[in-house]
Amino acid sequence: MIEVRGLTKRFGGHTALRGVDLDVARGEVVVVIGPSGSGKSTLCRCLNRLETADEGEIRIDGEPLPAEGRALARLRADVGMVFQSFNLFQHRTVLQNLTLAPVRVRGVPRAEAEEHARGLLERVGIGDHAGKLPAQLSGGQQQRAAIARALAMRPKAMLFDEPTSALDPEMVGEVLDVMTGLAREGMTMVVVTHEMGFARKVADRVVFMADGEIVESGPPADFFAAPKSDRARDFLAKVLSH
Amino acid sequence: MDVITRHLPEFGAGLLQTVELSLLALAGALVAGVVVAALRAAPVAVLRGAGMAYVEILQNIPLLVWLVLAVFGLPEIGVTAGLFTTAVVVIALYQGAYVAEAVRSGINAVPVGQGEAARALGLTFTQSLRLVILPQALRTVVQPLGNLAIMTIMNTALAAAVGLVELTAAANRVNLAEADPIWIFVTAGLCYMALSALTGLVSGVLERRLVILR
Repeated sequence: MIEVRGLTKRFGGHTALRGVDLDVARGEVVVVIGPSGSGKSTLCRCLNRLETADEGEIRIDGEPLPAEGRALARLRADVGMVFQSFNLFQHRTVLQNLTLAPVRVRGVPRAEAEEHARGLLERVGIGDHAGKLPAQLSGGQQQRAAIARALAMRPKAMLFDEPTSALDPEMVGEVLDVMTGLAREGMTMVVVTHEMGFARKVADRVVFMADGEIVESGPPADFFAAPKSDRARDFLAKVLSH
Repeated sequence: MDVITRHLPEFGAGLLQTVELSLLALAGALVAGVVVAALRAAPVAVLRGAGMAYVEILQNIPLLVWLVLAVFGLPEIGVTAGLFTTAVVVIALYQGAYVAEAVRSGINAVPVGQGEAARALGLTFTQSLRLVILPQALRTVVQPLGNLAIMTIMNTALAAAVGLVELTAAANRVNLAEADPIWIFVTAGLCYMALSALTGLVSGVLERRLVILR
């Protein structure tokens, strides 16, 4: 479904990604973890070209990622993205946030888009807030709305870039519940997160990154029980010690 | 005082001309400004350059020079339009440069994530700009746009210099006949003040209505 080969990304003198290879199969849930600055968010953002890689190739469904323009827009429509800071459109209601892209990009009739959107809002547990503006919702509710907005495009795959990092602790659970539900239904997901519990419970595969490289990857049970590399052991010791 | 009442029709006609000129120039300036601001935010370097050139050229030559150039220069190269039309177009294009800069600051004030979210959903650059960025950008610059609206109204007085009989020119004509400058020009000034007060009121209401919760 997603094939990444030799992906390299530099920001000025800093190299964020050094020749990363990654494959994500259809229906697979890949959780990317690693210390901050390891390049995991950059990898996630390269997958739908919010960042342009300097070298390497990305194929989605066998098709190379288009460079710019309408072809790229079409591809992005098929790959949902959820951001750390939600990024709901502030000037539109929750419902309008969900219907904007289906109506404007896919040409879905408004009534049909609204019906689908209301169903999705019910599913993520905020059906009562459809008419509110994003600023009137809590962080957890906003993030669930953002997930619903991505789902409204009926994407083939979903990218999550630290979806719970900006949330108050008591709201993390409600967002992870929605994501767990999605994973169970067979959605292809790439999740960048610091939630080790989620990685352990939901991931088909854990990818550990450090210094712009994939250091190791494997099933969560193996990875958390017996990490192969020193860096992963080090990292886990730090994040799991509390 | 009766110098004013005796010449009410002249003042009325001048005021009407000023209002028409202001409204049309403002509408044009808004359109030009939004288009040029969009150019300056475009991902294509040539478009950004064109937007920048527009602002630099228009802003760095005085409006009076533009008006004289257009009114007396354009017929030389075979372009003839009425005095009123020429004044509307010149003032609209000139003020458009200022509107563009205000709108651009509004675009810069919209969080980057808004555009990223729009693009991640498959909206093209133009769609993101039109449906997500500009609606939020314009709401944050209502007050500066209100100021520019007032500036536009004041600048219409320059059209008097190329022969358009708007409020200032009308007052001047009355004064040539009556030689009572204080009453006549204070009256003209009060008319301008009333127009700008009205504009301030409207922009204040718009600002309160359109404010975005964040």
